[in-house]
Amino acid sequence: MTRLTEFRQASRAWLQANCPESQRLPIVKREQIWGGRRRIFPSADAQVWFERMRDKGWTAPEWPTAYGGGGLSAAEAGILTQEMTALGCRPPLYEIGVWMFGPALLEYGTETQRQEHLPPIVRGEIRWCQGYSEPSAGSDLVSLKTRAEDKGDHFLVNGTKIWTTQADKADWIFCLVRTDPYAPKQAGISFLLIDMATAGVSTTPIPLISGESEFCQTFFDDVRVPKGNLVGELHGGWNVAKALLRHERKLMSIMGTMVEKEEGNIIDLARQYVGLDAEEKLRNPLLRHQLAQHLMRAQCDSLTTERIQQQYKHGQPDNNLPLIMKYLSTTEQQSKDELMLAIMGNRGLSWDDATYTENERKLVRNWAYNKAHTIAGGTSEIQLNIIAKRALGLPS
Amino acid sequence: MNMVLNEEQVLLRDTMKAFLQEHADVSAMRTLRDTKDPIGYSLPLWQQLTELGVGAIVMPEAYGGLGFGFLGLGAVMQEMGRTLTATPLLSSVILGASAIELAGSARQRQALLPAIAAGKLTLTLAVDEASHHAPLATRLALRETPNGLRLNGTKVFVLDGHVADKFVVVARSAGDAGDSHGLTLVLVEATSPGVTISRTTMIDGRNSAELHFENTPVNIDDLVGAQHSAWPIIEKVIDRGTICLAAEMLGGAHELFARTLAYLKEREQFDVKIGSFQALQHRCALLYCQLEQCQTAVQSALGSLDSEASDIALQASIAKALVNDCYQLVSNEAIQLHGGMGITDELDIGLFLKRARVCLQLLGDTSYHLDRYATRLNF
Repeated sequence: MTRLTEFRQASRAWLQANCPESQRLPIVKREQIWGGRRRIFPSADAQVWFERMRDKGWTAPEWPTAYGGGGLSAAEAGILTQEMTALGCRPPLYEIGVWMFGPALLEYGTETQRQEHLPPIVRGEIRWCQGYSEPSAGSDLVSLKTRAEDKGDHFLVNGTKIWTTQADKADWIFCLVRTDPYAPKQAGISFLLIDMATAGVSTTPIPLISGESEFCQTFFDDVRVPKGNLVGELHGGWNVAKALLRHERKLMSIMGTMVEKEEGNIIDLARQYVGLDAEEKLRNPLLRHQLAQHLMRAQCDSLTTERIQQQYKHGQPDNNLPLIMKYLSTTEQQSKDELMLAIMGNRGLSWDDATYTENERKLVRNWAYNKAHTIAGGTSEIQLNIIAKRALGLPS
Repeated sequence: MNMVLNEEQVLLRDTMKAFLQEHADVSAMRTLRDTKDPIGYSLPLWQQLTELGVGAIVMPEAYGGLGFGFLGLGAVMQEMGRTLTATPLLSSVILGASAIELAGSARQRQALLPAIAAGKLTLTLAVDEASHHAPLATRLALRETPNGLRLNGTKVFVLDGHVADKFVVVARSAGDAGDSHGLTLVLVEATSPGVTISRTTMIDGRNSAELHFENTPVNIDDLVGAQHSAWPIIEKVIDRGTICLAAEMLGGAHELFARTLAYLKEREQFDVKIGSFQALQHRCALLYCQLEQCQTAVQSALGSLDSEASDIALQASIAKALVNDCYQLVSNEAIQLHGGMGITDELDIGLFLKRARVCLQLLGDTSYHLDRYATRLNF
């Protein structure tokens, strides 16, 4: 028996013995386990599940054991994910520090920084958020203005960050700040870690069209940040940011699971709301046509992901192909949402009225929430720019 | 579902690409059109292609087949789409021979399949009767008379119908138009009594024909498969044709896109390459997304034929519906992005545009396939 097979069997047995039944049900938003100084476990089972996984280091399976991680190889971590998926185990911890910041710190942080920051992430004691965009630096991120002045033993930070996801619940923020105002664009940017409990840091949630406020604006007024909180080289923050972006795809896929899926598939909902004629066809021929088109495109999107994997497996990768996925999947999701509203008619117009079913209200919330997807993580227009330049070689 | 070519299939594709570029590029199509070629494709070229084995790519090995599978055949169709190469590959080998292979008697298979693969005999499928593809609506009648079976009716849009040796005719032997029961496949010699053939000249310069049958006698041995119950076979045959046609169309769309990109990188206005304008870059990026989505649909559908998957019909409709829309869009955009040159006959863009429109109608337009897909999924 190979070592990996042994690992698979051992981890399966462990998960079966240690994952509480309630933690194997499909995840719903209010039962997600988030860490942080102010963490509250959604249930006793959730706490048990989190603590068991934490003790094995499996809240961050691939991180070295020296920092509290699981010390697994990429292959072992892949097997663990497969086994967790097979059993339906919920993620033991939702944490940006695990998904994005930690991997970048492992690459660019000093030993002192890793020792200080990684173990609390694994233990779910510190919750991180990201400070990149600013009110006047969105797609044009390198024009960011938040200033970190060198004051000898510390940096003095002034400015504001926007779309700081769940910053109101986070303990620390990793930021891109301008350390050299005279250097051109990315040359004057550094990567700085800021404890949000520091004097001068304040955060305001931004009410969104979906009725939620998971994005915030964070303000820095004369915030003193120790020099030791600089990651990577002074003015070299763009390299760290790029390393971090490589992990963003993972985040995007996790974000996909954060939306609660509607109950029942779209065909059943169409039958229910639109009704069928004597030939068992949807009564509204235009909606029937649009639904068929949507289902065809949706199937092709998931098959394209599979084609990319098959290309890698066969040693014939087309490096341009993955560039289209963000654009396609997010626009497709939005047209599905619009179609869903059209199918529901006036039953798709409320998210808080008690006379609507929970599922109806959820669908409307998702429709509004998913508007963020073609903007966050690189707008659709930026995606098209990238395709035009990199895949098609069109001139600047 | 495997969507990636294996080494042999890659080699087949590359060999075919090189051959077509040398012997049958788009100018060959232009010559056929300008000389009003009576056959509509080059016989010597078809002979060369069949000698290379193009007719035997998916033929069962017992009949001289090569076993490259539909992924291999699709790759060849895609290359032919790039060069607009006119051949009876679709009409004779994919549609005609498939009917014989899937439903024919041992005698029919032995007599016909090797000859079709070798290019010595051409068949074609006669299915459409009206302005739109609607195989279930077949009315052309196969009736028992005191003198034996007789065919009466009309078929239109029959590919290569004026030069094919034999027709595989979709006929109604029972029931009414719209019924799936009561359809029969009949093999008819082009020279049979009561058959009138008139060539239709269409915008793409290729061939189709209108066939009239008036008391055409049918021998019981010339039925392909059982009487009245041919519908599942007809669907399988047409699905193969649809998927391979989608591959050809996608090849054409890729070629048009490549030519358009090259033009944007070379054409200057306002002292810059017009390809530097974001409005045009985004249009191209959107076309690229659609082309790749269609490539997935086509590869997946070809793979489903190779693995004899249970959802071939759905995959065929997805591929044709998406590729229809894509080829239509790409051909329109290619003209617009080429500006005034796009509407000249000197450039080849118009040849692709016209081929696209014929292909759009062939074996079902987008609304046909959306309806078929929805019906199959019970909504």
